[in-house]
Amino acid sequence: MRRFFLIAVPYMWLLALFMVPFIIVFKISLSDTALAIPPYTPTLDFAAGWQGFKSFLSELDWENYVFLTEDDLYWKAYISSFKIALTSTILTLLVGYPIAYGMARAPHEWRATLLMLVILPFWTSFLIRVYSWMGILSQEGYLNQFLMSFGLISEPLIILNTNIAVYIGIVYTYLPFMILPIYSALEKMDESLLEAAEDLGCSRFTAFWLVTIPLSKQGIIAGSFLVFIPALGEFVIPSLLGGSKTLMIGKVLWEEFFSNRDWPVASAVAVILLLILVIPIILFQRNEQKQREAEG
Amino acid sequence: MKRFSWFNATSLTLGFAFLYMPMVILVIYSFNSSKLVTVWAGFSTKWYGELLQNDAFLDAAWVTIKVAVTSSTFATVLGTMAAIVLVRAGRFYGRTLFSGMIYAPLVMPEVITGLSLLLLFIGIGLDRGVLTIVLAHTTFSMCYVSVVVSSRLVSFDQSLEEAALDLGCSPFQAFRLVTLPIIAPAVISGWLLAFTLSLDDLVIAAFTAGPSATTLPMKIWSSVRLGVSPEINALSTIMIAIVATGVIAASLISKRSAVRQRAEEQAAERVEA
Repeated sequence: MRRFFLIAVPYMWLLALFMVPFIIVFKISLSDTALAIPPYTPTLDFAAGWQGFKSFLSELDWENYVFLTEDDLYWKAYISSFKIALTSTILTLLVGYPIAYGMARAPHEWRATLLMLVILPFWTSFLIRVYSWMGILSQEGYLNQFLMSFGLISEPLIILNTNIAVYIGIVYTYLPFMILPIYSALEKMDESLLEAAEDLGCSRFTAFWLVTIPLSKQGIIAGSFLVFIPALGEFVIPSLLGGSKTLMIGKVLWEEFFSNRDWPVASAVAVILLLILVIPIILFQRNEQKQREAEG
Repeated sequence: MKRFSWFNATSLTLGFAFLYMPMVILVIYSFNSSKLVTVWAGFSTKWYGELLQNDAFLDAAWVTIKVAVTSSTFATVLGTMAAIVLVRAGRFYGRTLFSGMIYAPLVMPEVITGLSLLLLFIGIGLDRGVLTIVLAHTTFSMCYVSVVVSSRLVSFDQSLEEAALDLGCSPFQAFRLVTLPIIAPAVISGWLLAFTLSLDDLVIAAFTAGPSATTLPMKIWSSVRLGVSPEINALSTIMIAIVATGVIAASLISKRSAVRQRAEEQAAERVEA
């Protein structure tokens, strides 16, 4: 009885507030837009009983999905989200790896402090961290002021409201997610392996390439997924730092819902995004599983 | 004695400069007297004063704190229960679905979570406001709590609990007197995590809030969409200061208790010897 209660309470909560909402999203993605409250038809009429349920089912169709494939805004947004997420994941890896490497090779008594310094920004507001770049990157912003005062450029660079600003925003906000798994992989590494490689005639660079990188592979994979997956559905960064030309699917969904008030299409956009995300999520889980098996 | 190599020192310096410089600039320019945020015109605290007189911001801050305290408390209770189920309950019908529902919200894009919860609330005719934000935040942050707590539960020795049961404790007493004190640090950090996630959330709150409630991130959002503003800089500085104080205090406390624990262990070893 006690065990039943323990399982049932969180189970019911998640079913009601996580699972059921998804079924509703899926159902509405098959509905039609209507000028009503709520703005879609058909709605399920419980009073009509089984007959009502049957007519309800017969009115559902895949129209919104057909619409998504026909209007090129949507598939362009999916492709461009994918490109932006992939590019920024690679950039985050290039920025994050040297930092993780430096931390793992730092003197022992420094490591806890360095670790805390990486985690600290994660506790401060995401919105504020993105916002802080608006003042830096804008046309009369600090970066342009700095570069012009040194005479490095004569015209201000236009960075804010371009994809470059979105890349910077994603790299900046998701950097800790990349650093932490790589750091924990590198920290476990036995440094005598590097000495062995050098004794056997490797240059330092070859030893790094042939020993360190393969040994930190799992950390690199985990970090990359931890950046790529949330970046794909990102909304705040493209809205604040990106321009009108920056297409990302999270932004499209938001606008479809709040500006166009087209709930069925917004729901269809959400369902497709979810289907796209399933693949990287499964790959990530498999990588974690492999790591656990290697350790245990 | 190991030292920093030249290369590592450079990459760490550049890396941490990148991580901290934007926030340092934000803090410095929050004391700028000019309305033009990017042009320095002398030191002033006037934006803090204006912020404290802005009722809309104060109301939003109050709503945010209420939502964060309630939702993180519910999330801690539910998340701890879920963690115990994941680690201890063994096999039961629908276990795979259960663990799937715990891990899925961690990677779910916020726009999807927000949209789906909103459609649920409208579907069942629940008026949107503080209550719906609390329900939404509890749902996604309980998953974070359960991940944090279950990692602690996995590593702790179950025979301690069995010993308590053998010595005549009821299962609930065993939990309260043995398990809970051991997992307490994880439960507390789970609560803190849930609290910060709730304080921070814009997207899910915007979907589920409705017209009657506005949280601080929503207020900040509607203001920064129009561009950089000195009042937001002041507000950001206050929030950064609170978080930095909290995190540094927490790490000092945990460091001290680690030192004390080591001292006790050493004393115990001496007694044994």
